[in-house]
Amino acid sequence: MTASSFTRRDFLKVTAIAGGGMLIGVSLESEAQTAAPAVFKANAWVTLSPSGAVTLTCHRNEMGQDVYTSLAMLVAEELSVDPRRVTVVHAPADPVYVNTMIGAQITGGSTSIREAWEPLRKAGATARIMLINAAAARWGVPAADCRADNGVVTHGPHRATYGSLATAAAKLPVPADVPLKDPAAFTVIGKPLPRLDGASKARGRATYGLDVKQPGMLYAALVPCPVIGGKVASFDAAGVDKRPGVRTVVNIGDGVAVVANHYWTARQGADALRITWDEGPGASVTTEGIFAALDRAKGRPGFVAKKAGDVSGPLASGAVEAVYTCQMLSHATMEPQNCTARVRPAAVDVWGSVQFPEGAKGTAAAVAGLKPEQARIHPQFLGGGFGRRLENDFVAQAVAIAKAVPGLPVQLIWTRPEDMTHDFYRPPSMHVVRGKVDNGRAVALASTLVSPSITARAFPSFVQNGNDPFMTEGLVNLTYDIPNIELRTVIEEVGVRVGYWRSVSHALNAFAVESFVDELAHSARLDPLAFRLSMLGKLPRQHAVLERAARLAGYSPAPGQGRGFGIASMECYETHVALVCEVSGAADRVTLQRITVVADCGLAVHPDQVIAQLEGGVVTGLLQTLKSKITIRNGRVEQSNFHDFPLPRMSEVPPIRVELIHSGAKIGGIGEVGVPLVAPAVANAIFSLTGKRIRTTPLEDGGVRFV
Amino acid sequence: MATIHVNGKPVSVVAAPDTPLLWVLRDHLKMTGTKFGCGAALCGACTVHLDGVATRSCVTPLSAVAGKQITTIEGLAGPAGAAVQAAWDKHQVPQCGYCQSGQVMAATALLAKNPRPTDAEIVSAMEGNLCRCGTYGRIQAAVRDAAATLGGRP
Repeated sequence: MTASSFTRRDFLKVTAIAGGGMLIGVSLESEAQTAAPAVFKANAWVTLSPSGAVTLTCHRNEMGQDVYTSLAMLVAEELSVDPRRVTVVHAPADPVYVNTMIGAQITGGSTSIREAWEPLRKAGATARIMLINAAAARWGVPAADCRADNGVVTHGPHRATYGSLATAAAKLPVPADVPLKDPAAFTVIGKPLPRLDGASKARGRATYGLDVKQPGMLYAALVPCPVIGGKVASFDAAGVDKRPGVRTVVNIGDGVAVVANHYWTARQGADALRITWDEGPGASVTTEGIFAALDRAKGRPGFVAKKAGDVSGPLASGAVEAVYTCQMLSHATMEPQNCTARVRPAAVDVWGSVQFPEGAKGTAAAVAGLKPEQARIHPQFLGGGFGRRLENDFVAQAVAIAKAVPGLPVQLIWTRPEDMTHDFYRPPSMHVVRGKVDNGRAVALASTLVSPSITARAFPSFVQNGNDPFMTEGLVNLTYDIPNIELRTVIEEVGVRVGYWRSVSHALNAFAVESFVDELAHSARLDPLAFRLSMLGKLPRQHAVLERAARLAGYSPAPGQGRGFGIASMECYETHVALVCEVSGAADRVTLQRITVVADCGLAVHPDQVIAQLEGGVVTGLLQTLKSKITIRNGRVEQSNFHDFPLPRMSEVPPIRVELIHSGAKIGGIGEVGVPLVAPAVANAIFSLTGKRIRTTPLEDGGVRFV
Repeated sequence: MATIHVNGKPVSVVAAPDTPLLWVLRDHLKMTGTKFGCGAALCGACTVHLDGVATRSCVTPLSAVAGKQITTIEGLAGPAGAAVQAAWDKHQVPQCGYCQSGQVMAATALLAKNPRPTDAEIVSAMEGNLCRCGTYGRIQAAVRDAAATLGGRP
């Protein structure tokens, strides 16, 4: 979501902390600010200690997308310290860390840099000015004549390190307004820097949720109801509770857990339980039924996400029409879901890999029967997120289990099959698209997306009048200049628990729209590249990325026997992106030769990792494009592990070339930008290669084989 | 009680003989560098070396490792391991990083045995190690670079 859900009122807070030094945070006005002073400590982002240590309390969760380093760069730039000297710690759940672009403490929506861009630089700049003021007071000189650079304040012969000034600076008033650097003067932002978490991750030293160890920690293994939403009817512990090393067997409603001194003891115990299930209404869900329901709903008017002119006239005759479908997907994070929880009489602690610490806090408190302020969340590195860890189902389970062993920490570990069969799946979708070309120009485009609504389940108040604002992404920001447009979304619930999956509806809508734009071009015997460029005259940045990508890729509309190019282009997360895929072979053996991406996110804070995100985003795009899907029979997800829900392997990923255009425009998001255009570009390339139009993902369902 | 040899040291473990080595390492020995991904030798996140051979610890029972030298990411040493980790740093491979212990262990086992791998041999050796973040291009570049450092490639 890009709209701020409430009026933003930033202000700065500074407070002395125990042991000297100061904390500076750019915070939102909230109840926390007017409560006990202790809450102010948690508001801080920047900490300077008398020893000179600089700490960033990183309020977004690191799941590979580089917030750990890129947010530190924002602070370091304005604080004027070497970013490699910044120690980063994960922030707890606290109102001060709310993501103002979303309205909750959430890492998602490719918002982290966009949202932190100004406040984190201000946090660094404010600290720097206060250090200067402390030095100026100490030396009796005008602050304006002092310089602060690389961790040292100087004035003439005077010299003081930041650390030596920290305690004094903490006692000074906070400047009301601080100037920020001219981008031309940046020495950290936009420059090369190794990831601050890179070396530790290459050496097995980063601590993920699954790596948490607490004194006296027990392990829990779970048997969840095979049908999501089902309940335990009854169970027979079958003597498991008497086994050596087993502490207890717990019925948590949606499953039964075995708690033991060691994980393998718990796992083997869980496998021996005899459980009778009340599977509930979900037991009748099938993939065929899901798509039949979407098909029945496709004629409903739904919500009009974007409208221009009147499509009814142009589409009355001679229109091109196509129907596209996308199968469901699992997030399949490499780190299976897990959570460590400890419940005490007046406190619940949760350690875990989470994207929504605020939600985890509320969930933990509710399940523990405590107040939210009695819940403490300790976020860890995420072994992949992709939206899966916006959900806190595993937090609820871990806390429910931990209640059975009061005072003791318990680590719940899901198996891979549990993870794959108990996900919040990317929604299944169907698009009906119609359009028309006259005299070489698109004159009308009408589209209806039918899918279940993630937001209606996860954040129901955001869905108003049939408008799920996540379903319309990729539609409301359509880039093409077409005089008559009508883009609709229809919410149709199908009995499946759906969730946000990296790039969310951008991917669904881009597959339909960018495939269809290709179909329109071919219907008029036009080059799909020239056709698109002709509709981008009013968006020079979009025009530029597409033109550049085509040139870099060596694009040709007719490259000759055995080769094909597919292109796709869109704006998403305020970033302009274009992608070209080159393929070779034939329909029964398509080989991806190369994928070329050009993106303009305005300014890249950490360029190498912006490139890395686009490279990785393309691979996530390939996961949804090539062969993988989640299907349901008798309410049960049919896939269980990487043999039947394959992730792209090294041999399946072609060389990916990424180029950035540094336009200097307003900063855009990047974490999800690489994903949505892969499926349409590959489908368009296959059409170029074989003449076969595939309108479903994964594309192998449409009759091609990738080799 | 079983005695196993981890990173050059004998350690005693009280665990059922069918306990996967992965959980012996992560749970009993609290060595969490080796990761749990699939439990079925399908992803490679749990890769360790058994007598120098890349092995999926999630399907290797404790009973099968008696008398063998177990090397984990925590104990990775020698020129191949150093070259691989330096190349990982140079190419800025990790994103979420969860699979990277296994990737580094697989790459090191390859280069220790074959310091001059062809690109096809690199893919073949690394094919069983999944990376959900999609760092494959950088992994390939880093393995090539590590091989060059070891003197095996120009």
